Amino acid sequence: MKELRLMKGNEALAEAAIRAGADAYFGYPITPQSEVIEYLMAENPAERTGMVVLQAESELAAINMVYGAAGCGKKAMTSSSSPGISLKMEGISYIAGAELPCLIVNVVRGGPGLGTIQPSQSDYFQAVKGGGHGDYKLIVLAPATVQETVDYVKLGFDLAFKYRNPVMILSDGIIGQMMEKVELFEQQARSTEEPEWATVGKKPGRDHVIVTSLQLQSEEQEKVNLRLQAKYREIEKNEVRYETIMTEDAEYLFVAFGSAARITRKAMEMARAKGIKVGLLRPQTLFPYPYEAINKLADQVKGILTVEMNAGQMVEDVRLAVNGKVKVEHFGRFGGMIPNPDEILNALEQKIIGG
Amino acid sequence: MAENLIKPENLVYKKTSVMTDKVMHYCPGCGHGTAHRILAEVIDEMGIQNETIGVAPVGCSVLAYNYFDVDMTEAAHGRAPAVATGIRRVFPEKYVFTYQGDGDLAAIGTAETIHACNRGENILIVFINNGIYGMTGGQMAPTTLEGMKSSTSPRGRDIKTMGNPLKITELVAQLPGSYFVTRQSVHTPGSVRKAKRAIKKAMEYQKLNKGTCLVEIVSNCNSGWKMTPVQANKWMEENMFPFFPLGDIKVPQE
Ligand SMILES: Cc1ncc(C[n+]2csc(CCOP(=O)(O)OP(=O)(O)O)c2C)c(N)n1
Repeated sequence: MKELRLMKGNEALAEAAIRAGADAYFGYPITPQSEVIEYLMAENPAERTGMVVLQAESELAAINMVYGAAGCGKKAMTSSSSPGISLKMEGISYIAGAELPCLIVNVVRGGPGLGTIQPSQSDYFQAVKGGGHGDYKLIVLAPATVQETVDYVKLGFDLAFKYRNPVMILSDGIIGQMMEKVELFEQQARSTEEPEWATVGKKPGRDHVIVTSLQLQSEEQEKVNLRLQAKYREIEKNEVRYETIMTEDAEYLFVAFGSAARITRKAMEMARAKGIKVGLLRPQTLFPYPYEAINKLADQVKGILTVEMNAGQMVEDVRLAVNGKVKVEHFGRFGGMIPNPDEILNALEQKIIGG
Repeated sequence: MAENLIKPENLVYKKTSVMTDKVMHYCPGCGHGTAHRILAEVIDEMGIQNETIGVAPVGCSVLAYNYFDVDMTEAAHGRAPAVATGIRRVFPEKYVFTYQGDGDLAAIGTAETIHACNRGENILIVFINNGIYGMTGGQMAPTTLEGMKSSTSPRGRDIKTMGNPLKITELVAQLPGSYFVTRQSVHTPGSVRKAKRAIKKAMEYQKLNKGTCLVEIVSNCNSGWKMTPVQANKWMEENMFPFFPLGDIKVPQE
């Protein structure tokens, strides 16, 4: 019954896409996520499920192909890494504005510019705070394991269609490249539904469907924005996901997501062995963010350290959540460097406990 | 109203129901309205209103979705061929068209145009070449002629510093993925009939799945060119047509 495999993160992601009943994938090669399209091409999903896989001429074209397919009510997705995601930003803003569902995967590498091909979390702001133009939000899922990557493909499509909103999986080069044991879910049938908002060809007796993000009157555009904001509040109410580890008796708290959370967990265990009561909160959704949970823990702990593979991005959200109640500091390695548990423990002792 | 006044036996022409009754925003004298009408008539005559999906990107025709009574998507500037690719790939049985200006198709969207045509996406591209950026107020386009004045070439296009006008249609015709490529106009009754025949052929070819069809329509932009509609059509004949000669550029070899 259970289907267990040892798989690379990027390949597991691609397999999950086929199994989630995705209708179309459009992408462009970039390290460290090219295995996604390579795996899809090798698997030939056109044969397996009828899924379309196309290598586009650019990330720009790929996201606009997603836009076209998503407008048809189809489960469409793309994946890339940081520089490619920057190129997709105009398209992502259009998709959010037109309220279409789709899945975008960012296997983050170090930046800015061409940066490095090594893992990073420096696209947190881009994913969570906008990136493209206009007041829009992506639902952002942050896996820490290959298993979660697989599960979030399914969850991502579900949330995208539930809210008619683009969903981003914010992964990184570690999760994309490492091999882990993974339990695969069963093949789901591709949907044959034709949502009423989709361009499927005008049906007799109904108005023609228009997919657009354009409003010439500012009064109308404000209404669109208000509708979007109401949707985002609804998402904040329903979809916050996070994990807490050893926070019950914690006097200090780590906050970290994705790969950084795994390394931080090790640092937490080392601290515990030394008698330091520290817990870990790992956001699994970065939008919506677990502000409330962190705020509550701030009543209990004496200080909080965020650990990120960037120069300090999520720490701003933790400070918002904590609202000055306790000290919040950031420890990060970046540019493709990965922190080790020793230096995280050291940072806790220096910046929070001793500081 | 007209139905009450005109006896059915005397009715010789009727607006196609594939066009909505919305009042068009196009400038009087502009070719967009005519190009819309013949495309809508083709969809009507072929009986494919329920199987057609259109894509209109940013440009004067950004609101085309208000006028065509078919399902439509508004695309970002230059990206219509990619959007249409996404649509046609998930709906290989449907008819998909894009409707793009010259700035859109031959400047910001050059890569999407070339690659959609090179892959031989089975879509129809209607390309309105008015030699100028109409929507944003008359700036130089990739198709602006040498010496032609625009708001960003106020002393006329200087080839040395501003580059050459681009014959993208001839370029597309070179690609193995393109199937039928033609250049038409809609400024006289005769040319309208010819252009409509070309669009119909191109639309019908989609069912063969043999590649991309591109119909360029050399059109005027009387407001952008700062001329009356009559002057603009005359100027177009005398200046645009010699550089952008009308006629088929690539015809299927059966
Ligand atoms: C990314 C982006 N750049 C620029 C613009 C502004 N813009 C809108 S339409 C247009 C030019 C359109 O010209 P053309 O494609 O020739 O169509 P026309 O308006 O002449 O029909 C420009 C530059 C935009 N909307 N998006």
